[in-house]
Amino acid sequence: MEQAQETLLREFEEKIECGFAIEPKDKMPAGYRKHLVRQMSQHAHSEVIGMQPEGNWVTRAPSLRAKQILLAKIQDEGGHGLYLYSAAETLGVSRDELIEQLHTGKAKYSNIFNYPALSWADIGAIGWLVDGAAIVNQVSLQRTSYGPYSRAMVRICKEESFHQRQGYEIMAKMMAGTADQKAMAQDAMNRWWWPSLMMFGPHDSDSPHTGDAFRWKIKRHSNDELRQKFIDKTVQQAEVIGLTIPDKDLKWNEEKKCYDHGEINWEEFYRVIGGDGPCNKQRMEHHIRVHNEGAWVREAAEAYSAKQQYSKNA
Amino acid sequence: MTQQQALYKYSLRLGDNALILSARLSEWCSNAPFLEEDLALTNMALDLIGRAQAMLKYAGEVDGNGKTEDDLAYRRSEREYYNNLIMELPNGDFAYTMVRQLFVSTFELFFFEELQKSTDATLAAIGAKTLKEVKYHHLHAKDWVIRLGDGTAESNRRVQQAVNQLWMYTGELFEMDGTDALLMKDGIAVNAEHLKMGWIQMVTQILALANIELPADGYMQTGSRMGIHTEHLGHILSEMQYLQRAYPDATW
Ligand SMILES: [Fe+2]
Ligand SMILES: [Fe+2]
Ligand SMILES: [Fe+2]
Repeated sequence: MEQAQETLLREFEEKIECGFAIEPKDKMPAGYRKHLVRQMSQHAHSEVIGMQPEGNWVTRAPSLRAKQILLAKIQDEGGHGLYLYSAAETLGVSRDELIEQLHTGKAKYSNIFNYPALSWADIGAIGWLVDGAAIVNQVSLQRTSYGPYSRAMVRICKEESFHQRQGYEIMAKMMAGTADQKAMAQDAMNRWWWPSLMMFGPHDSDSPHTGDAFRWKIKRHSNDELRQKFIDKTVQQAEVIGLTIPDKDLKWNEEKKCYDHGEINWEEFYRVIGGDGPCNKQRMEHHIRVHNEGAWVREAAEAYSAKQQYSKNA
Repeated sequence: MTQQQALYKYSLRLGDNALILSARLSEWCSNAPFLEEDLALTNMALDLIGRAQAMLKYAGEVDGNGKTEDDLAYRRSEREYYNNLIMELPNGDFAYTMVRQLFVSTFELFFFEELQKSTDATLAAIGAKTLKEVKYHHLHAKDWVIRLGDGTAESNRRVQQAVNQLWMYTGELFEMDGTDALLMKDGIAVNAEHLKMGWIQMVTQILALANIELPADGYMQTGSRMGIHTEHLGHILSEMQYLQRAYPDATW
């Protein structure tokens, strides 16, 4: 028995080593499946919980076009949630179970959405920085070893780059606007910069899941590599429109050909993950309340389709 | 009233209906009973914003005062809005929103079928495009009203309650005033009164399939043609117009 398990694992890892994608019907070690369910469901929940801070500005979007773009963006995020729930379902876990895990706190979502969207400029900052950081991560995941996950990422990445450009456009417009608008944009930048860097997770030296995820090619770049990529592409974009990065230690490193940055506040990172961020309770309560309020609708839809089924069979 | 003034008011009214209903539907964003429905409600809201944009842009052009669709949406006060009252009523529960959607989209099915034949080329073009969207809105609302009406005892009760509460706001859809009369002479406006029979027939049929009783005829609320609204519109506008009013010199 033990022997068979070991053979299975060896064959699996050879397959991965040769660059084959793993498909739902393929044999896979329990650890691989577990890692994927955790990561994909966290990703799906993030897309869905992320609808809340942006949804906070839907009724106050300042022009018809702005409202259209924002609504369509949030709709895209919901769509990403759907693809990812379906991709996770190929591993034998239902959406209901995953939502249950979210509500009991067993499953997480991206920490970034525990921060509040306080002004219209935050909508720009979220699109530009948060989606911008997500893209760096997701581009790397397009080549992840699990087929359904990698295919979902390819679809999602196309839309994320739109979101990033649209967010940047909001920031650019505000930086070209009145003094009030410029102040709003810089304030949003100041509040969202550091949490965006935290989206990539702890430094490589402190990252607990790194080993298996790399060997199984679920993860292909380290947290610090991805964070560096994000910083390098974003600093210039900020400069072009006149925004200041709120990091006095940020400077170009000629030797390494990349930016050095100041120390991330890991205490804040772990505090927010631990549940004491500004919006953790609000986000969870909202999701649970809406889910519970919708129960009668889902029950009615089920009852109706059962009746239809019954009369078809009768 | 000149024909130009009438056409301005007529396009405003159509634009306002779309704008205010889109505001309500977009409130469902991240609040729907499940994810697929969240996306469907947002879709309808997006169609309606597009329609509002086209209608208000045209209103600005007809008026010739240089006002854009955003000026008209974000810088008019409650008394200058002409949407039907049913559009501005708070969403209530999912049944209430779907019953409103059924009443409105059934009306719009008949209305835009006619408006696409308008002698005014712009209204006809917007009408034709809108009709395609409204067909989907109607199908969606109809399916839900039947599903909920014929679902569980609770969902049936909720739909019946929504129908009873919304009924008195349906009369206004068919109201006509001097604006309509003047534009109808030249084949620009739709004769809304003529749509009533078809509407009642279709709604009756759908409600019967949903095991829902038609309310008895009673008083019909009115006022929007004169810009007199429920208390709710002011709150929609104060949220919607907040940034434009607080920073009048800014562009966004
Ligand atoms: Fe997304
Ligand atoms: Fe996202
Ligand atoms: Fe996005």
